[in-house]
Amino acid sequence: MLSIKNLHASVEGKEILKGINLEIKAGEIHAIMGPNGSGKSTLSQVLAGNEAFEVTDGEVLMDGNNLLDLATEERAREGVFLAFQYPVEIPGVSNMQFLRTAVNALRHHRGEDEMNAAEFMKLARETSKQVDLDPSFLKRGVNEGFSGGEKKRNEILQALLLKPRLAILDETDSGLDIDALKVVADGVNALKSEDRAVLMVTHYQRLLNHIVPDYVHVLADGRIVKSGGPELAFELEERGYGWLGINEAVAS
Amino acid sequence: MANTDKQVNELIKREYEHGFVTEIEADTFEPGLNEEVIRRLSAIKNEPEFMLEWRLKAFRKWLEMDEPEWAHVHYPKIDYQSISYYSAPKRPEDMPQSLDEVDPELLRTYEKLGIPLHERAALAGVAVDAVFDSVSVATTFKEPLAKAGVIFCSISEAVQEHPELIKKYLGSVVPAGDNFYAGLNAATFSDGTFVYVPKGVRCPMELSTYFRINAANTGQFERTLIIAEAGSYVSYLEGCTAPMRDENQLHAAVVELVAMDDAQIKYSTVQNWYPGDENGKGGIYNFVTKRGAAIGKNSKISWTQVETGSAITWKYPSCILRGENSVGEFYSVALTNNYQQADTGTKMIHLGKNTSSTIISKGISAGHSSNAYRGLVKFGPGAEGARNFTQCDSLLIGDRSAAHTFPYIESKNKGAILEHEATTSKVSDEQMFLCRQRGIDPEQAVSMIVNGFCKEVFKELPMEFAVEAGKLLEVSLEGSVG
Repeated sequence: MLSIKNLHASVEGKEILKGINLEIKAGEIHAIMGPNGSGKSTLSQVLAGNEAFEVTDGEVLMDGNNLLDLATEERAREGVFLAFQYPVEIPGVSNMQFLRTAVNALRHHRGEDEMNAAEFMKLARETSKQVDLDPSFLKRGVNEGFSGGEKKRNEILQALLLKPRLAILDETDSGLDIDALKVVADGVNALKSEDRAVLMVTHYQRLLNHIVPDYVHVLADGRIVKSGGPELAFELEERGYGWLGINEAVAS
Repeated sequence: MANTDKQVNELIKREYEHGFVTEIEADTFEPGLNEEVIRRLSAIKNEPEFMLEWRLKAFRKWLEMDEPEWAHVHYPKIDYQSISYYSAPKRPEDMPQSLDEVDPELLRTYEKLGIPLHERAALAGVAVDAVFDSVSVATTFKEPLAKAGVIFCSISEAVQEHPELIKKYLGSVVPAGDNFYAGLNAATFSDGTFVYVPKGVRCPMELSTYFRINAANTGQFERTLIIAEAGSYVSYLEGCTAPMRDENQLHAAVVELVAMDDAQIKYSTVQNWYPGDENGKGGIYNFVTKRGAAIGKNSKISWTQVETGSAITWKYPSCILRGENSVGEFYSVALTNNYQQADTGTKMIHLGKNTSSTIISKGISAGHSSNAYRGLVKFGPGAEGARNFTQCDSLLIGDRSAAHTFPYIESKNKGAILEHEATTSKVSDEQMFLCRQRGIDPEQAVSMIVNGFCKEVFKELPMEFAVEAGKLLEVSLEGSVG
């Protein structure tokens, strides 16, 4: 479904991704691990189309189309979803309005009728319970005054509503206590389906106790240096990155 | 930031949709202003002697006054002799006796602007006075209002029919010598709206005036006077548009509000005069004096304005809080784009005991525009227990626009309490990326973010117009994404 070939990207002239190759099939969950500064977040941002990053080489095919030719919003409409590491606030715009606008943008793209406010409210209320967010959050400004954990749950809520083909989770586990982690993990597991792929970027193994990936990749200095099954995550947890020849201190 | 700027620029570039010209025969004065012109104007309107005298006195005073230069706006000097001070659609004989006699071309013009003047098609529950260039062409729902005792008519009609009220109140809040533009208006005002709500009456519908400038080289100098007697309530809204023309046109209006004991006046403005093109050519100079006198105990005057049009806006809707416990409110959204300039704000003059005022100002600057908030909060010696809350927020779109805040505070009373909050923010790349990542168009994203920013003010608008205001903002922002 997703095929990343020799992807190079830089920000402000500094090369961060130095030739990423990755194949992801529908129904799979992939985890990308690696020390700070290895390029994990950059990979997420580049796939989602953040224009602050410049792609200097390579291609990213999703279902045969080159994603890199599409604008950010077009990628989203083709089913690319990014759960942000640091979700930004949009004061005065209610979560409900924001979510409905997004859902309807996607429906419009697929040639479906827009959802009216009442229909959407029902759906959003039900879905918010799934991530343990009180429906009152739907009335508040987007991420406005949300705690760190609430913001992350709000991201998963968006994923559940937008039903992406490819869900990219950028450090969705960071800053969560154990209960919140469980809620987020349940949400991600609910996302798992045969026609959807999940790409999780994480620094820690602990999320992988709740979400079992099909593949684990280690990213270091802009390249994937090792790939394996779920057991690789445990090995990293025990042994750190040193045995792979990665100097964590330098990398970060 | 470059990406957001590009999107914002595209959004701002949308065209002004009310820029058409109505082809209609008009009687227009030759450009120029002198006592003879004022006599002619007064004669055409068949005004009583007192009105002519009032105008001439104002004119003589105006000749000695200077144009204000303190505002943060820049424009070439206006030649007041090159402006025509009267233009009115030609009509067969006298004023139309009913809506059916109004020139169909005019009715079509207002329909095109979304303001149907036929009562059967009119906005539900909203009475409209339509002012076209220098004259009021139609006023709807006069009869049902009259049944409630409410007078709603053009100010020209009020001069004829209710001279005692005009004599008593015209110029009582904004005297002719108040400022240069108010002086010019007092001498030359050609029409406008008059509202009188008697004691204890809650006006049964929203009142509104729709101002349209059509003729070229013409200034519009309208005057509005609203009087709310003890215990009454009225909500009034004005809307404004003009054709797209390369030359600048002057609009110098005066609005006076008078609220007696326990009376409440809610005055809303949706100002969408032609703002000029994307290079700053043309557009209306909107130099307006608006002031309300909260004379009575527990009276309340509330200004809500959404200012998106005009090349230059110079206006400070103000409240004189004389009555004990009287309340003044100012809610403002001012959006400037391209080369528009706005210097707007309010004055809250606390004279009475326990008076209170609230100022919420939202300035949005895009393109190369400049947007200034200027506000005065003054506590007189008698303003024991008075309080003010001011919140000024500025939102910048792109990196070539400017926002300024000029708050002035004068206190002659130690017991007064004042709070002031101010913020400046930008539509950030992060916000735009979040919206676009969720599949939302950049244009829609900017307008959503800006609407969110203005929410506190929009909720003060009458319901029928809150939606309109949101849409207007969207149109005014077109081409601003970048």
